[in-house]
Amino acid sequence: MTEKNIISVEHLVRKYGKFTAVDDISFQVGAGEIFGFLGPNGAGKSTTISILCTLLKPSSGKATVNGFDVARQQHQVRQSIGLVFQDPSLDDQLTAQENLHFHAMVYNIPGSVRKKRIDEALKMVELDTRRNDIVKNFSGGMKRRLEIARGLLHYPKVLFLDEPTLGLDPQTRNRIWEFLLDLRTRENVTIFLTTHYMDEAEHANRIAIIDKGKIIALDTPDKLKDMVGGDIINLKTVDDKKAADEISQRYRMQATDGHGELLLEVANGDEFIPTLVRDLNTRIISISLRRPTLEDVFLKLTGRAIRDSEVSSMEAIKSHMRFHGRR
Amino acid sequence: MKTAIAIYTIWYRDMLRFWRNKTRMLGSIMFPLVFLAVFGSGLSRSMGMLAPGVDFAKFMFPGIIGMTVVMSGFMSGISMVWDREFGFLKEVLVAPISRVAVAGGKTLAGATIATVQSIIIMALAPLVGVTLTPLVVIELLGLTFLVALMVSSMGILISSRIKSMEAFQVVMQMVTFPMMFLSGVFFPVNNVPDWLAVLVRLNPASYAIDPIRQTVLQTVQLPPGVPGLSSLGLTVFGHTMTVWEDVGVVAVLAAVLIAAAMWSFSIQD
Ligand SMILES: Nc1ncnc2c1ncn2[C@@H]1O[C@H](COP(=O)(O)OP(=O)(O)OP(=O)(O)O)[C@@H](O)[C@H]1O
Ligand SMILES: [Mg+2]
Repeated sequence: MTEKNIISVEHLVRKYGKFTAVDDISFQVGAGEIFGFLGPNGAGKSTTISILCTLLKPSSGKATVNGFDVARQQHQVRQSIGLVFQDPSLDDQLTAQENLHFHAMVYNIPGSVRKKRIDEALKMVELDTRRNDIVKNFSGGMKRRLEIARGLLHYPKVLFLDEPTLGLDPQTRNRIWEFLLDLRTRENVTIFLTTHYMDEAEHANRIAIIDKGKIIALDTPDKLKDMVGGDIINLKTVDDKKAADEISQRYRMQATDGHGELLLEVANGDEFIPTLVRDLNTRIISISLRRPTLEDVFLKLTGRAIRDSEVSSMEAIKSHMRFHGRR
Repeated sequence: MKTAIAIYTIWYRDMLRFWRNKTRMLGSIMFPLVFLAVFGSGLSRSMGMLAPGVDFAKFMFPGIIGMTVVMSGFMSGISMVWDREFGFLKEVLVAPISRVAVAGGKTLAGATIATVQSIIIMALAPLVGVTLTPLVVIELLGLTFLVALMVSSMGILISSRIKSMEAFQVVMQMVTFPMMFLSGVFFPVNNVPDWLAVLVRLNPASYAIDPIRQTVLQTVQLPPGVPGLSSLGLTVFGHTMTVWEDVGVVAVLAAVLIAAAMWSFSIQD
């Protein structure tokens, strides 16, 4: 491990009984980097985070955070990290301020700066006017913001965010991201996040795409998108199967099936569209051209859309909310 | 020092929650209160004296104090299972504090809450014609806190293995009911069938109830010529236990259970 790598993972494996949730993954994260884990439900993202945060023991392999071994130097690792869990972890019978105070105490923040830090954190997530309200009465987004503020209270070296914006509205998501990006520049915090929102993953400097416990690609968002050759054409026709056959015969091109439309990878999309419209015998309903997204990368690598391999994100949000509202 | 702060912080949070949620307090003293109301209302007079100067109400009152402590002491475990179920435990487990401090803080909080609840019962002493002097109250507080520590660590120990609320509640019932019914809360433990006598003496709660009863009953005015109330005391192998001997048994058990709870809670997946 070099000095610059704040997280280093080597051949990490985690099994639950016979089932392998994390299957021999290795990667490094540099200090100050935003590193994203992108993958469908059950890919092993949270399991990896739990191991890096010392909540779970690795079955085999080795991982260090801030230079400390996650299995043998747990105390030092815990001192170095901040965490926002996928599931809610606030005490909702306490006020916002009391939650932060508890955190400040167990992280040994000196009494002289405790109050200042709590004020600062509450301001940052715009909850300072609600500081004395019981958390139970907060909305989902407010709870999430409070959790993020709490994760940062002790100025961690590495911030782990497990689906930080799941179930939040776009404005709140943007605000949280503005804040995280600003924080990275100001404090040089390393951010490790998991997500299955494609647009969110774009914020990362580097992304590991994880599927079924394995890392199947790891690079910058742009380089990953370059793996998909050129542009993407979304094509809807009256008979997609017939159109796909026709395209493969005429242009020797593989059209993939994506949710009631066909996806084509082409080098020069804007020149290809007129040709296609002119030549195709199957009637076209709609056609559009776009730059590849990370979704296309996942599709190319696994042959499945991320959406196909998971419950719909609406469902995930609902179950998240149910959990929030249980007490 | 850091561990002491961590224990205090965890204890303090549970106190806040307890204070915010006073209705929950009612849950664990309801049962004792009903007993007191029924037997304090005169029913016990019709049942005659268990010893000179001691009617059933006076006999049972200290038992009810003990029972309150046993029932609410286990709430430590419930609190731990709640924390796990609602995610807060993760926040605690990922903090740079030792598992020992977490288990210790939770145990102490449970014991404190149980002691506070026993004070409510003590305040009802006049209902059954018992007058507690300040000195007796202080002695009782010491005793109930020790007993509460023992029970509370039992709760934490169980919660470290049994992680769902449903399962924990079943286990809690399975443990507390025999503990109460086989401890001399409801009947004098001498002159009972042999099998019962054995079970009573194997029950940790018996050694918790006995000193509380001895301490409360020392306030009873004995009729002239009656040497004492040892006939109501717990005997082991023919020896009548003194308060200090009982305290010794409870203290050892409490120490073993706390150590076991801390150890069991520190085991990691
Ligand atoms: N405690 C557990 N016992 C058994 N299997 C588990 C346990 N926790 C997770 N798993 C399994 O391990 C796999 C990876 O789970 P993990 O929570 O890491 O996925 P994830 O990538 O975070 O998914 P999501 O996007 O839904 O959060 C899943 O198949 C899950 O069922
Ligand atoms: Mg997850």
